[in-house]
Amino acid sequence: MFNPFYFLSVIFILFLIGILGILFNKKNILLMLMSIELLLLAVNFNWIFFSFYLDDIMGQVFSIFVLTVAASETAIGLALLVIYYRIRGNIAVELTNLIGG
Amino acid sequence: MYLLIIILPLFNSLLVGFFGRYLGKYGVSFISCLNLFFCSVLCWVSFCEVGFFGSFCYIEIFSWIHCDYFCIQWGFLFDSLTSIMLIIISSISCLVHIYSVSYMEFDPHKPRFMSYLSLFTFFMFYLVTSDNFVQMFIGWEGVGLVSYLLISFWFTRLNANQSAIKAILVNKIGDIGLCFGMLLLFFIFNSLEYEIVFSLIKYKVNTYINIFNYNFNLITLLSICLFIAAVGKSAQFTLHSWLPDAMEGPTPVSALIHAATMVTAGVFLLVRCSPILEFVPNILVFIAIIGAITSFFAATVGGFQYDLKKVIAFSTTSQLGYMVFILGISKYDVSIFHLVNHAFFKAALFLSAGSIIHSLSDEQDMRKMGGIIQLLPFTYSIILIASLSLIGFPFLTGFFSKDLILELAYISKYSLITSLQGTFVYWLGSLSVFFTAYYSFRLLFLTFLNKTTGFRIILQNVHEGSLILLLPLLFLAFGSIFLGYFTKELFVGFGTDFWQNSMFIHPFNISMFEVEDISIYVKFMPLFLSILGILLAYLSNTFLKHFIIKIQLSFVGKKIIFFLNKKWFLDKFFNNFFVFPFARFGYFITLISLDRGLVEFLGPLGITKIIKKYANILIQLQSGQLVHYVFFIIIALVWLFCINVYPILILQELYLKEYLKLFVLFFFTLIFMFLI
Repeated sequence: MFNPFYFLSVIFILFLIGILGILFNKKNILLMLMSIELLLLAVNFNWIFFSFYLDDIMGQVFSIFVLTVAASETAIGLALLVIYYRIRGNIAVELTNLIGG
Repeated sequence: MYLLIIILPLFNSLLVGFFGRYLGKYGVSFISCLNLFFCSVLCWVSFCEVGFFGSFCYIEIFSWIHCDYFCIQWGFLFDSLTSIMLIIISSISCLVHIYSVSYMEFDPHKPRFMSYLSLFTFFMFYLVTSDNFVQMFIGWEGVGLVSYLLISFWFTRLNANQSAIKAILVNKIGDIGLCFGMLLLFFIFNSLEYEIVFSLIKYKVNTYINIFNYNFNLITLLSICLFIAAVGKSAQFTLHSWLPDAMEGPTPVSALIHAATMVTAGVFLLVRCSPILEFVPNILVFIAIIGAITSFFAATVGGFQYDLKKVIAFSTTSQLGYMVFILGISKYDVSIFHLVNHAFFKAALFLSAGSIIHSLSDEQDMRKMGGIIQLLPFTYSIILIASLSLIGFPFLTGFFSKDLILELAYISKYSLITSLQGTFVYWLGSLSVFFTAYYSFRLLFLTFLNKTTGFRIILQNVHEGSLILLLPLLFLAFGSIFLGYFTKELFVGFGTDFWQNSMFIHPFNISMFEVEDISIYVKFMPLFLSILGILLAYLSNTFLKHFIIKIQLSFVGKKIIFFLNKKWFLDKFFNNFFVFPFARFGYFITLISLDRGLVEFLGPLGITKIIKKYANILIQLQSGQLVHYVFFIIIALVWLFCINVYPILILQELYLKEYLKLFVLFFFTLIFMFLI
């Protein structure tokens, strides 16, 4: 039997895992980026599920957009990470504010 | 001519005040004396016209305030009452100006002094000649102001400044009374002009005003307000304490302001408002009692002061008490008569005292004087004349008014007021006569007749002042001798039409005829008491000196003398129960607790503090830690979930059970993450 609740709970759990990943990984910026990817994945799932559920193509269009945005964002994020590592020598996110500027 | 009377002193004041430095001290003296002399001549002429020929003069200049019902004009009225006051003010002022020329000879601020004196004269003229209450109030406040300026004339002295502040503040209490009186008058009559108010007063006798749910009789309230004003200005009991302290000013000031003119303004006001007062017998009785208490109090205290000027100041207060209590038994003409006489002999007393102080190189303590009768014969004769006049010695000026006052007080218990009150007033007045005689002669003994207690170096330099200092004394002495005799029939004689409409005495209150019918003993009583007082002063300074000293040094005697010397501890009483509590209240309650306390706390200070506090808390939220922000995101999500998703789920008819499942999932996930 089709129950949207199961789908939604999967999406919700994915999203939660992403957020908690950001929350609990204070040390590793790489893991944080990965968690962000997970968030975006959950959102994408959400779009696609509702596009299917409501029988509307717009959700899928949006999911494609989200894909591109996620890709570019990851690229920029990784670039920042590289620069950050070059300056600090580690990738702990805790003391980012010490860089200034 | 009438306007010239008023303008001359002002002109003189401005001229001398602003251009004194160009005129020099001789120029200033000459111009002031000339102006004031001319002014007093004009006053005498106006007195002839108004008083003797009975042609009152009304001058309306132009409208000053014109608003709805409220029309005030710059107007002057010269009736007999005004003309009398003009005579006193201008004559005494002229003589005091002449006196000051010599007395303030070496004072560097002489132009300022002369300017103030003239300004005072101007304001006093303004007070007595105005034809409405508002204009009178200008003069009323003006004399208070100039009194302040003159008492603190030597502004480097702390005492002078304190006394000046005290004088103006205590006067202000009375001025507030006058303000309330004027407001009430306007409330009743929609007008503040004498003519309108006094002619309509009898139609408002039974009008009541509701204040705080209590019905006050309007006229009674009005009279109380006016009497408060008079109490302040005329230094009656309870507001008297500024007058003795006002002796910090130069002696001519004391003579002009605190003896002859300014203190009579209160009496003048009450006499002016006689048409109002005549319809409130209860308040009249109250006025009489307060006046009697004043006269008695000041006379007893005056007998035990050691400062030459303070004795005379208390004597002034005592005499003002006489004027007020005779006014309270509605003998306004007698009150004014005594006012005139008193102005002359009190000015003589003060100027003589100034002469003594001047010759003793500014020594005011009577205990350091004595024995200068051979050195200052002229001053002695003047002060003797003035003192005898003051104690009502027969056939001198004071006798004609003072004895008449006492007789009227005696007779009053048969007519206006109850026997008890009349007797009370009469006996207080009589006792005051006794004390008056005592302190006058005590003053004479201590300064002139006793063996000297002064310093040799000072006594070597004692000499009479210059002619210009003694000339005014001579005139005033003539006034003190003859004035009462010459003007008795004019002012208080039978059926004299001198006053015409300038004062109103209810026919019920006229008792001039009965006075002539009282027994010979009552008539001789004041004289007997005066002689007793003189005798007491004489004995206590000659034969019984040691006996009196023994009494004074005994336990009870010391207490009594101390009590009287300290003015019945009234100053202490007022300071402790009014001044300091008010000052403390003003500082601790209004300033510290309210203005800089509660209001600040609820206003700027409190708001800034609260904003700062919470701003700091908010600042701490921005820790710069990414993790915290994520936490906030989660919180926000949960919140959004609660307010948005839950209702949606309800609408979708999903059961709460399943919704709870979701949360369980959420928690399990959390635990799972932790385990990882």
